Amino acid sequence: MSSPEKYIKSSIRNMPPSGIRKYFDLINEMEDVISLGIGEPDFVTPWQIREAGIYALEKGHTHYSANAGIKELRIEISSYLKRKYDVTYNAEDEILVTVGASEGIDLALKAILEPGDEVVLPEPSFVAYRGCITVSGGVPVSLKLKEENLFKIDPADLEAVITEKTKAVIIPYPNNPTGAVMTGSELEEIVKVLRDKDVVIISDEIYSELTYGFDFRSLGTFPEIRDRLILVNGFSKSHAMTGWRLGFVCGCSEIIKHMFKIHQYTLMCAPTPAQYAGIEALKNCDYEVENMVNEYDKRRKFILKGVRDMGLKCFEPMGAFYIFPNITSTGLTSDEFCEGLLKSERVLMVPGTAFGEGGEGYVRATYASSLENIKEALVRTERFVRSLQEK
Amino acid sequence: MKEILDILEKNAKVTVAEVAAMAGITEKEAASSIAEYEKKRVILGYKAMVNWDKTDRDFVTALIDVKLVPQRDKGFDSIAERIYKYPQVKSCLLMSGSYDLLVMIEGKHLKEVAMFVSEKLAIIDGVQSTSTHFVLKKYKDGNIIFEGSESDDREAIVL
Repeated sequence: MSSPEKYIKSSIRNMPPSGIRKYFDLINEMEDVISLGIGEPDFVTPWQIREAGIYALEKGHTHYSANAGIKELRIEISSYLKRKYDVTYNAEDEILVTVGASEGIDLALKAILEPGDEVVLPEPSFVAYRGCITVSGGVPVSLKLKEENLFKIDPADLEAVITEKTKAVIIPYPNNPTGAVMTGSELEEIVKVLRDKDVVIISDEIYSELTYGFDFRSLGTFPEIRDRLILVNGFSKSHAMTGWRLGFVCGCSEIIKHMFKIHQYTLMCAPTPAQYAGIEALKNCDYEVENMVNEYDKRRKFILKGVRDMGLKCFEPMGAFYIFPNITSTGLTSDEFCEGLLKSERVLMVPGTAFGEGGEGYVRATYASSLENIKEALVRTERFVRSLQEK
Repeated sequence: MKEILDILEKNAKVTVAEVAAMAGITEKEAASSIAEYEKKRVILGYKAMVNWDKTDRDFVTALIDVKLVPQRDKGFDSIAERIYKYPQVKSCLLMSGSYDLLVMIEGKHLKEVAMFVSEKLAIIDGVQSTSTHFVLKKYKDGNIIFEGSESDDREAIVL
């Protein structure tokens, strides 16, 4: 091999690009596409948070912050977790402010994985887990989630997939891409399995604020796994702050202090103005969050009905802002469905296969889009589905 | 169901079927709730938010602070009624603070509003004084920003 690619280490060279990529290349050349493809809020960050960010810039808060994050923000995170989820982490040495929750996931994996360590990864799930595990030298072991279980983790399946080589288990709820959630009592069953296993638990709770009709329970509420739990959360989804790149990880100090070292040598600190904005977000924006959640909920019900009315089977998602209809009745694969839908009706949904094993037969649509867009997308999608039936 | 009111307050153009879908109820339930709200005058009407500045219609809007002398047995209500019954009065609010009524008037031009204030409003029994403020520009009303709203300019990202 003479290409400069030879310098790239093989694990990265062989890493497949995201399955979503090709669709984005396609839509860049098309007009009038309605995208239900992007996993981020359509809301702009609430004004008072933006205003706090602007004020931070005016005041000249343009320097690095403490590596772990501004103390005041860590204190706010601590009290937010207590207030919302009855989870206790102290601001001093159990909370690390990160560049988005995604840095938190990466840090956790980098800190714990030895080459060849296995990480149990429930799939379908967020595209980055698999990549981050691989980058850190780990081996993703898929735990296939099933529609008949409403894409929840079955405790017996979890038990079966954990081996001697398992170093960590990722628990991604509320879930991207399925919109599935796990209730408190269902988590209790999971914890019963995990407490007897010598594994680290990475709980990605980035969608914790976005649940509909039930109360989210954090894995941080289980003392029996606390010393092995890395809790990941952030501001992107809850406070519509994706572009600010602000998240946090919590864990016992013995684990956080090592993740801290990687963070300090790689990212140094999260963007400082964003951290000031984050303080405002946690202190004074419960109302704004509630408004956004109410809005998502209306769209969720609307899109669910629309999808079911066109004859697609779809379980009711109770969290995040995704719907994950089963498209097998159309006779197409996920990829064929999405490509056909995009080319003939200019609606972007993402094939379930982009989210790992178990995604075939499903597509992900996000309802973090205006109601007008959702309405029009449903009209177009229905036309597409009907055209398939006529063939 | 407060949810129905929230939906309609944001956009009265949605159909009953759409309201039902968003609220997670049947169309029949939605229709009967809406009818009930209309009957009880919880929902008072449906109308478009128009940005008249973008049309060639000539008009001026004024906000008038009105101080009143309350009347025995009737308080402010009967004077307020005498004022708000004029079709020129677009809104009329009883206020706390240094004046009593905030009256919004719309007229074709400044003079028309001035005449209304001096010839109709100021002479009503119980009106002690008025102070007229003309609106120069409307930035936001009814929770709608009139110009330069933020568009959805999200870029494609893999996640």
